Amino acid sequence: MSNWKMPKVLPSEITPREVYQRRREFMRIAASAALAAAMPGGLFAGERLPNLVKSAYELPDKLTPVGDVTRYNNFYEFGTDKESPAQNAGSLKTRPWTVAVEGEVRNPKVWDIDSLMKLVPLEERVYRLRCVEAWSMVIPWVGFPLAELIKRAEPNGNAKFVEFVTLNDPGQMPGVKSSALDWPYREGLRMDEAMHPLALLTFGLYGEVLPNQNGAPVRIVLPWKYGYKSAKSIVGIRFVEQMPLTSWVKAGPGEYGFYANVNPAVDHPRWSQAKERRIGDFFKRQTLPFNGYAEQVAQLYTGMDLQKFF
Amino acid sequence: MAGMSQRAKTNKEKWLLVGKSLVFLAALIPLAKLIWLGLHNGLGANPIEKITRTTGYWTLTFLLITLTATPLRALLGWNWPIRWRRMLGLFAFFYASLHFLTYLVLDQFFDWPAIVKDIAKRPYITVGFPAFVMLIPLAVTSTNKMIQRLGGKRWKSLHGLIYAIGIAGVVHFWWLVKRDISEPVQFAAMLSVLLGFRVVQAMRTKRSRNKPVLSRVEIS
Repeated sequence: MSNWKMPKVLPSEITPREVYQRRREFMRIAASAALAAAMPGGLFAGERLPNLVKSAYELPDKLTPVGDVTRYNNFYEFGTDKESPAQNAGSLKTRPWTVAVEGEVRNPKVWDIDSLMKLVPLEERVYRLRCVEAWSMVIPWVGFPLAELIKRAEPNGNAKFVEFVTLNDPGQMPGVKSSALDWPYREGLRMDEAMHPLALLTFGLYGEVLPNQNGAPVRIVLPWKYGYKSAKSIVGIRFVEQMPLTSWVKAGPGEYGFYANVNPAVDHPRWSQAKERRIGDFFKRQTLPFNGYAEQVAQLYTGMDLQKFF
Repeated sequence: MAGMSQRAKTNKEKWLLVGKSLVFLAALIPLAKLIWLGLHNGLGANPIEKITRTTGYWTLTFLLITLTATPLRALLGWNWPIRWRRMLGLFAFFYASLHFLTYLVLDQFFDWPAIVKDIAKRPYITVGFPAFVMLIPLAVTSTNKMIQRLGGKRWKSLHGLIYAIGIAGVVHFWWLVKRDISEPVQFAAMLSVLLGFRVVQAMRTKRSRNKPVLSRVEIS
C-alpha cells in the first residue's frame, strides 16, 4: 500500500473538452430522441410524467383528493362556476404550445412546451394552496423552479418585474367571450419573488400531466400567495421595468392586490381572511401568515406595510 | 241551476287543491335534490358552499314568485296565484331558514364572535341578516287567525316588508359574488319589473283619485 503511487495521466489520454462536450450533447439528443419516440406528439392530460425527482418539499398535511383538485377550479376562461372548468376545458389544445420568454432579457426565446419540460429534471412538491375565497387544498405539483428558466433568459438591469400572460383564444376558451375579467389574464411578480426557490413552474399534479382545467400545459404555482396569482395556461413570460397591471387588480384594486400574500390579518373588504376551510374538512382552520411559508419568504417583504401592500 | 254552479265551484276548488298540492311537492324538489346529492357524494368539493348557494338561490326565487301574484291578478285576472301565495311565501321563509342555519351551523359552527363580526363588517351579511329577521314576523302572521287579530290594514302594511326583504335579498347576492354578477343581475331585473309594476299602479290610482278633484276645478 505504501509504495503505491498515483498513476500519471498522460496529456494524450485526456479527452479534449470539445469531444466530451460533444459526447454529452450526443447523449442528450439520444435521450430526448428516445423520450420523443416513446411519447409521440408530446404529453397530454392524465399521462404519467416519467422520471420524477422526489423533492424535500413535503407536508404533514393530508393531500386533497385528486377528484376535488380537478373538479373544483377557478379558471374564468372556462366559466366562473367552480364546476365549469372541468366541464369546458376539454376544448383547450395543449399541443402545439409555445411560451414566449421576452422583454428585458439577453436571451429571449420562444420555447416549445416539450423542450421547456425537459429543461431540468421535474420534481414533485407538495404545497398548500390558499384561495382568496377562504378555502384551501394540499396538492402534489410537478415542475421545476421558475428561477431555472429565468437564469437561462438572463434578465438585464431593467427587468424589475415578471409578467405572466395566459392564452386568450375564444375558440378554445368559452369564458373569454364574457367580460368577467379583462383578457388575456395577466399576473406578475417582483423579480426577487420570481427567483424564490418556492416559485414553481408547473407541468403536472399527482404525478401526471396537468389536466386542462388546472392550467395545462404550463402554469405557475406560488404557495405563499392567494391562488389567483398562480397564472394558468401560460403563453408569455415577459420581463418588464414597471409593475404590471394584473387582471384582478384591474378588476378590483380595492379588493385584490398585486402582492396578494396570504395574510390572516388583512381581510378582503367583503369577507374575513382569518380562517379557511380546507376542502374535505368540516371545521375551518386558522389561516397562517404567508400560508405557512413565512420562514422562507417573509424576508422578501421586510419593511413593507403589508396592510397597504396587500 | 244553483246546484250546478255549486258543483262547478266545488270542482274548481278541487282542482285548485290538486294544483296547490302539486306546487307544494314541486317546491320541495330543490331540498330533495340537495339531500339526494348529499347522500350520493354529489355536492362537490365544497358541500357547505353548495348548500349555502342552493338554499339562497331558492329563497330569492320563491320571493320573486310570491311577488308575481298581484301583477298576475291585475293583468290577467288570475286569482289562483293569490291563493297559493301564502304557501309560496312560507317556502321562501323555509329556504331562507335553511340558508341561515347552513351559515350558523355548517359554515360558522356557532362561532358567535365571528358571526357578530360578519354582520357588522361584511356588507352582504349586514343586509342579508336583517332580511332574514324581517321574514320571521311575516311567517308568524301568515295564519288566518293572525290576519283577523291584526286586522286587514295593519296586516297589509306589515307585509309590505316583503318589498324591503326582496331588495335586501338581491343586494345580499349581488354584494357577495366575486366578479361574475350575471345571476344577481337577472334577479335584480326581475325584481325591478315586479316592484316597478306596483309603483306604476300606485301612481295610476293616485291620479285617478285626483281626477274628480281636477275636473271640479275645471268646471269652476
